[in-house]
Amino acid sequence: MNSFRLLARKPWTWSFVAAFATWIVTILFTGGASTASLSQATLTFAAFSVIVGLGQMLVITLGPGNVDLSVPATITLSGTVALKLMDGQDNMILLGLAASIAIGLVIGVLNYALIKFLRIPPIIATLSMSFLVQSSAIWYNRGLRVKPPEALATFSTSSTLGVPNTAIIALLLSLAVWWLLDRSMFGRWISAIGQNAFAARMAGIAVDGCRLATYVICAVLASLCGYLLASFSGGAALNMGAEYLLMSIAVVVIGGSAVAGGNSNVPGIWGASLFMFLVVSMLNTYGFGAGVRLIMTGLIIICVIVAASRPAGSTR
Amino acid sequence: MRKTLSGLLPILIPAVSLAVLLAAVFYMQPRAMSYNGLNLLFNLAVPIALATIAQMIIMAVNDLDLSMGTFVSFAACVTAVYMPQQPLVAILILAGAVGIYALLGVIITLRDLPSIVVTLGMSFVWGGLAVLILPAPGGQAPVWLRALMVSKPTLVPMAIVASVVIAVIAHLLIMRSTFGVLLRGVGGNSRSVGRAGWSVLALKGAAYATAAVFAVLAGMALVGLTTSADANIALRYTLLSIAGVILGGGEFVGGRVSPIGAVIGALTLTLAGSFLSFLRISPDWQIGAQGGILIIVLALRLGINRGSRQEKTS
Repeated sequence: MNSFRLLARKPWTWSFVAAFATWIVTILFTGGASTASLSQATLTFAAFSVIVGLGQMLVITLGPGNVDLSVPATITLSGTVALKLMDGQDNMILLGLAASIAIGLVIGVLNYALIKFLRIPPIIATLSMSFLVQSSAIWYNRGLRVKPPEALATFSTSSTLGVPNTAIIALLLSLAVWWLLDRSMFGRWISAIGQNAFAARMAGIAVDGCRLATYVICAVLASLCGYLLASFSGGAALNMGAEYLLMSIAVVVIGGSAVAGGNSNVPGIWGASLFMFLVVSMLNTYGFGAGVRLIMTGLIIICVIVAASRPAGSTR
Repeated sequence: MRKTLSGLLPILIPAVSLAVLLAAVFYMQPRAMSYNGLNLLFNLAVPIALATIAQMIIMAVNDLDLSMGTFVSFAACVTAVYMPQQPLVAILILAGAVGIYALLGVIITLRDLPSIVVTLGMSFVWGGLAVLILPAPGGQAPVWLRALMVSKPTLVPMAIVASVVIAVIAHLLIMRSTFGVLLRGVGGNSRSVGRAGWSVLALKGAAYATAAVFAVLAGMALVGLTTSADANIALRYTLLSIAGVILGGGEFVGGRVSPIGAVIGALTLTLAGSFLSFLRISPDWQIGAQGGILIIVLALRLGINRGSRQEKTS
């Protein structure tokens, strides 16, 4: 009973409750026939949202106004460049991975350079950067449709012990980010910056270094996602990152991290990512049209937020 | 004298960047320096300016509306489908939508919700409603709306007249009226506005409703220009409107906004698009160049701000 109350107080509990409820409702409709395939698909697709969501979460932790809108463009550029570089050859897989990580590093550094040296608000800075990155992807792609290397495609679409490989990678990355956020000095620092940047600076925290590192980590996670997503879907497309702009922000907030920053959690990213995919597949299963599906998705998101909220002015 | 200058400075910077961009366009395409040329350059600025004002009102109370683009698309669809034949139905739907916005403002304040997420959720709802109303691109503009948008006043093109009117109305509403002062007060320090005896809840609801009115006007203006609509017609307005407010000297927090600046910001963004097509940049780099212009303008603003600050301290 005590542990139950403890669980109910965790900010991420709601996202898992919502995800589980949606899962049950979907399975009930199909009479349990598609339980395994639904769970597999959910884990696979949620994994991509988790990977970008982790990075976005770290950025949002930095405090009000901090958000990275260049995530979709980074996904697209990384997927495009990596696939073109690998050119379908198995021995180039690691080089492609290195290239995509390098792209993330460069975009992250450039993002923060705009924020720091030109004092542009992060939303506008990352937005402008995303325009530049998207253009580079369009220019580099030029209608090419390169298939991923055979081994990589097989790896990203298959499972180990019934768990999709993409989900395993997302889990490993989550553990790393969890350690970074909850167990390392760096996590304490970025939470402190999110709660009060001025106080953090006075306390001797290297605010600029932390913020730079956070934007770089976010961009690298986005480019990793692009690399995996392109391999998984059999090629890079110019709009492959588009849906992850809203998704990456939504999973952070539905997962119970504070939008105003300073207080984030990793488990919520998983709960929210599973939930977001399950909502879409539930509405698909029920055979609604595109319009109704969109409306329901929106209303469900708002309901979850309202249910998880507290009245204004109450203390935690 | 110095006081008026420093008061003007926030508007001066966006105005100068607009003028420089305009000069560059004229230099490259002298034929644009005419009645028709100006009209073509700024035509699409009217709906963007209205959407920017809407976003600015939301930003004045420290919130952010990520559903602006889908809401303007929704308003455009309603206008194109119902306004010509059943104007009463159209007006009822749009009034209902304004009511929903007011309700959102109230819920966001009551439950202390992040506006980003609520409007994110609403963007799905508006998008879905737009698809239900208008599954395939189509519809038509009401005759009077079309006539208004393509009318040709003597001397100054319609687009310029409309922008000036929008800027003046928004300026009077936000900078001069009691309501506007209270809105900016909520953005600056909502607690002290509450302590002074005003209802923050009602003010937030009113702010959202006012923003929705401007966004509805944006949708209608857009239909008047394009003569038809589709569910995705204005999706880019979400980011354009935020960028317009920032370009115009507004800030994300603290109730610091400038309606005249916001309209100028919207004009600058529209002009940037035309400027790029005159430059004959390869289509691959069109979007990228837009990002580049945004960065350059904001960097200039920083430079000028720094210069003026040094002047003050010395």
